[in-house]
Amino acid sequence: MRAFSRRHFLIATALSAVLSSLRSGAAAAALTEDGARRLIDKVVADINAIINSGEDREAMFRDFEKLFKRYADLNVIARKVMGPAWRRATPAQRQAFKEAFARYMARKYGKRFREFIGAEIKVTGVRRIKSFYEVRSVAKLRGQAPFEVRWLVSDKSGKTKFFNMFVEGVNMLTAEAQEVQAMLRKRKGNIDRLIRDLPKAA
Amino acid sequence: MKPFAAALVLAGLVLAACTPPDPGSGINDPHEAENRKVHAFNRKLDATLFGPVAERAGKAPGALVTTVDNFATNIDTPRVVVNDLLQLNLADAATNTLRFVMNSTLGLGGLFDPASEMGLYLRETDFGATLYHWGMPEGAYRELPFFGPSTDRDAAGLVVDFFLNPLSWTLPKKYRWLPPAALVERWAAARLRYGDAVTDLLQNSEDSYAQLRLLYLQNRRFKLRGDLGAEDYEDPYEE
Repeated sequence: MRAFSRRHFLIATALSAVLSSLRSGAAAAALTEDGARRLIDKVVADINAIINSGEDREAMFRDFEKLFKRYADLNVIARKVMGPAWRRATPAQRQAFKEAFARYMARKYGKRFREFIGAEIKVTGVRRIKSFYEVRSVAKLRGQAPFEVRWLVSDKSGKTKFFNMFVEGVNMLTAEAQEVQAMLRKRKGNIDRLIRDLPKAA
Repeated sequence: MKPFAAALVLAGLVLAACTPPDPGSGINDPHEAENRKVHAFNRKLDATLFGPVAERAGKAPGALVTTVDNFATNIDTPRVVVNDLLQLNLADAATNTLRFVMNSTLGLGGLFDPASEMGLYLRETDFGATLYHWGMPEGAYRELPFFGPSTDRDAAGLVVDFFLNPLSWTLPKKYRWLPPAALVERWAAARLRYGDAVTDLLQNSEDSYAQLRLLYLQNRRFKLRGDLGAEDYEDPYEE
């Protein structure tokens, strides 16, 4: 009886060691999932703070620009949005384009977010997709059916950042790529003119 | 009428067993030249009519506007329920029916919307979505005058939706204009609700036709499929 219970104890110890190693493995994976969620929690908290701050338009746009630069992977977004022209752009042009695009996005989406005053955005779930994560959030506006905003988050840039967002299924990267490349075409492929006009386009 | 309705429902049940097609990812726009002409007309309509009205309505969505919209939405709800049933979506059919009953009674004939205040929002659908569930392909992209972006399937759905509301057959004759009028009102109301965003897109976009087409198709496919498409999950780090 005694021997049996000792064997039991040994088995239990071995099992719990295996289990805890499994759990720490899961915890390491869960950390990335948590990391993705934490990033969007911060983004959403910042957006909520800006839209409910009561500051004027221009101050809001500046705050959105900072937010976009801090949490979005501008390198990958700018490359996707500019499209084939990215390859012939000089490093200086690429840098200037990133700045111009951040300002354009802050104004364009900032105007829309201004309509969300009193709204509440909440993260509702995370799931892994290939090498990145999809974080889902729901925006609730007073008196309207809630709508969904999804974010794609990756740490491949070295930092955890989002590289795409979807408002009710509308792909931000695809939509802005179309818009920016139409602007570039109208300027006969002149990247400097695109950079100059982009912040004024929103 | 009754055998026709029964046949329609039966056809729906049979077809609903088929898997809906993939909503697709590309853009199929063989009528682009004509569509762009309609788009120019819609833009003018926006600049002269909808834009200014939306701006005013948006600044003060008055009690009257809200009441008219509540009433129209309630009148229109049986049409949504019919589509829920044709899609075999019993959960939404139940929710929307409950809304209709609540708002027709507690909401004084639909003038008020106590259901939404309790978090019971309308689960929107239409006959275009029903056609999707029955397996009809999307067809070509179309921009319709006044109604804006659509597809062959959605345009056909829109026509059918005008005849689908059971209230059109059951209301006293002199009120039978109400269901189709409610449908028109709801399109206009949605247009006004997103007035700023739509005007922004139409007047400020570099190619507002292409941008509207893209936004419409992405949003519509997302709603039909209930999810993003495979193309949305491309990994930009793997290039």
